[in-house]
Amino acid sequence: MFRNQYDTDVTTWSPQGRLFQVEYAMEAVKQGSAAIGLRSKTHVVLASVNKAQSELSSHQKKIFKVDHHIGVAIAGLTADGRVLSRYMRSECINYSYTYESPLPVGRLVVQLADKAQVCTQRSWKRPYGVGLLVAGLDESGAHLYYNCPSGNYFEYQAFAIGSRSQAAKTYMERRFEGFVSSTREDLLKDALFALRETLQGEKLKSSICTVAVVGVGEEFHILDNETVQGLIDAFEIVGEETPAPEEAAPAADEPAAPDQGAPADEGAAPMDI
Amino acid sequence: MKQQSNWSPYDNNGGTCVAIAGADYCVIAADTRMSTGYSILTRDYSKICQLAEKSVMASSGFQADVRALQKVLAARHLIYQHQHNKQMSCPAMAQLLSNTLYYKRFFPYYAFNVLGGLDNEGKGCVFTYDAVGSYERVGYSSQGSGSTLIMPFLDNQLKSPSPLLLSAQDAVTPLSELEAIDLVKTCFASATERDIYTGDKLEIVVLNADGIRREHMELRKD
Repeated sequence: MFRNQYDTDVTTWSPQGRLFQVEYAMEAVKQGSAAIGLRSKTHVVLASVNKAQSELSSHQKKIFKVDHHIGVAIAGLTADGRVLSRYMRSECINYSYTYESPLPVGRLVVQLADKAQVCTQRSWKRPYGVGLLVAGLDESGAHLYYNCPSGNYFEYQAFAIGSRSQAAKTYMERRFEGFVSSTREDLLKDALFALRETLQGEKLKSSICTVAVVGVGEEFHILDNETVQGLIDAFEIVGEETPAPEEAAPAADEPAAPDQGAPADEGAAPMDI
Repeated sequence: MKQQSNWSPYDNNGGTCVAIAGADYCVIAADTRMSTGYSILTRDYSKICQLAEKSVMASSGFQADVRALQKVLAARHLIYQHQHNKQMSCPAMAQLLSNTLYYKRFFPYYAFNVLGGLDNEGKGCVFTYDAVGSYERVGYSSQGSGSTLIMPFLDNQLKSPSPLLLSAQDAVTPLSELEAIDLVKTCFASATERDIYTGDKLEIVVLNADGIRREHMELRKD
């Protein structure tokens, strides 16, 4: 993407019918550290890589519990993510208060998407610079959604966002058809393996990743470090060698995990999927 | 003659609540009768609500307001958990309840509450309230239609002889958990005899280091 004369305001269209500010916001998501999600019929797992500003600081929180049955992993401007998580929590609490039942995941993501869309059509606002992987369980089953700064949202069997997410997507694309009947343990294993793909050879330890689960009879919760390290050791993930995955050109023809990052010269604007 | 308003937004559904604090436990109890006027609406309505891991509230008065109050506190507790990543302590919940009640100072929750639980040190604590949020930590308390019958009896059994010897704040009863439960059962059996709004069934909740436990006892149904 290059600078052009149509990219100053979010309310300016380009002659090709694109809103560059919104696309730039989606670039911000790609710069954030990786977050992945996968689901089976009964469980959804979220995992993220913890990036710390420096060795001295703590890492940023990227996975948030939104309600007993919903959690979210973010990539991009984490401050925007924090604010949106607060909004989601508030919506869940208000819905529960009024209807004495949990907010269906599909409703929440629509509200979130509408909120994001507003910022793409106001000259005094800017789009949220964060992508959200929303994992939740409701009466209609287990769900994983991706919410985009553009105001679009999609449901996925498995997805990855953030830097080097293509590596995780490639890993999951080969296996996603089996996820729907995976056990909880297999889902966790695949999540950790997929996460490892994004590390490009760096050793996978519980100190650099966060894993969270929600499932039938299991409230959304973030697994503690010992549990995650136990899983890493049990699956012998550290010991295995992976062939360095190639950052392939966006696989626009793959229906399973559509890539949002089509470069400008490929023609199709990312939001048109 | 100017017409006076004869509609009231409030009703009194009757009932009695009691709570007693022990050294490492707390007993909270309430009857399960819900009335209106001289009629019984139901014999099996719980006035007790667990607000947090170590906080249990029992409320008598207008049950619609009680239910609304319970919902507001539950929602606020969820927000607290999101922000602090832990449960609210009983003293914190006590302050929240007071603030919530005073917030509606000019259209109050018609709820007479007694909050029981374990404090940060694991000791039993009881907080007693009026309808607009004035509260105090005590060793024991009762609220509701039978409180005038029960409170003097609890004073007789549990009150320290002088505040100079033992202040009300520290007045956790030296009774054991089983003795306290027995005392509560005695209180309600007596109150049921003379208070028409108390009876049917007694619900007892016990909070201690092992967690939470519930008990029931039948009361006179007349």
